[in-house]
Amino acid sequence: MSTCPVCDGDVELSGDAVEGELIECPDCGSELEITGLEPVQLAEAPEAEEDWGE
Amino acid sequence: MRVGFLHSLIRKDEKLLLEAFKGFGGVELVMLDDRQLTFDLRTPPPVDVVLERSINHSRAMHALKLFEALGIRCVNTHDVSRVCGDKLLTSIALADANVPQPQVRIAFTEQSALQAIEELGYPVVLKPAVGSWGRLLSKVNDREAAESILEHKTVLGSYHHSIFYMQKYVEKNGRDIRSFVVGDECIAAIYRTSGHWITNTARGATARGCPVTPAIADLSLAAAKAVGGGVVAIDLFELADGSFQVNEVNYTMEFKNSIDTTGVNIPQHIAAYAVAAGKACR
Repeated sequence: MSTCPVCDGDVELSGDAVEGELIECPDCGSELEITGLEPVQLAEAPEAEEDWGE
Repeated sequence: MRVGFLHSLIRKDEKLLLEAFKGFGGVELVMLDDRQLTFDLRTPPPVDVVLERSINHSRAMHALKLFEALGIRCVNTHDVSRVCGDKLLTSIALADANVPQPQVRIAFTEQSALQAIEELGYPVVLKPAVGSWGRLLSKVNDREAAESILEHKTVLGSYHHSIFYMQKYVEKNGRDIRSFVVGDECIAAIYRTSGHWITNTARGATARGCPVTPAIADLSLAAAKAVGGGVVAIDLFELADGSFQVNEVNYTMEFKNSIDTTGVNIPQHIAAYAVAAGKACR
């Protein structure tokens, strides 16, 4: 179990979580990035930039 | 075989791809985070092939060029990313291959852009040449709106927003088609339906399965070939007479909403294509 850096809510990772994965906080809905697995580290996901996505 | 997985954030699409690669024996994935990479123009990464899944177009395009310069086979290629990432270059490629597309004009000043819009006739869609997820698209319904939007783009935007790319608005009855091409096959297609004129699923359009008719498959493959081939998603407009036009071609296709709706395991096809590409150059 880890803690959302935005709302301090509990965030549980799935067993196949990978670094860089985008997840959503179940409490506040913030988009979070898994920045580390051992130990688990979460950060607010970066804002979309102008040339992102299709 | 070692497959380099070029990525930034790992979204649902990338997770599905990572899962798909697990089904291939003898494949080792090497994660290449574009936020951590450095290049020295000499040292290739220890991989046989790179599958590009960056979210950021500029990073993807430049990283692919850097990998290819070191002899690494990339899916998609740098050239495909360069052409598909720029609507102007896509339009040129489609025109060269005689692939039908909406009428297009390009201009470099407010005055010439306004003249081009008037020649096309309203409504017109103004698009950033580089951009995606349906952002910063403008449907211009009259001259007053055109003058205002062109001025805003010139004054408030970075310079590349003054490369004016204008497309004749196509009435598509609330939906367009996105088809998925992997290599020589059009593997699936979806309808994207919205009450809004922008029908990107990233903007709330809903997806449902679309039969891959011979006409859709043929045009999709022609569009894919025109931009250099590989793994691409084609946005199609269906016209009132039943014919189709190619709106855009996407080179880092998002597919998470299209697996259940089509019944096609799209990430499996992509992974198989990348593995085959890697084997071909060993």
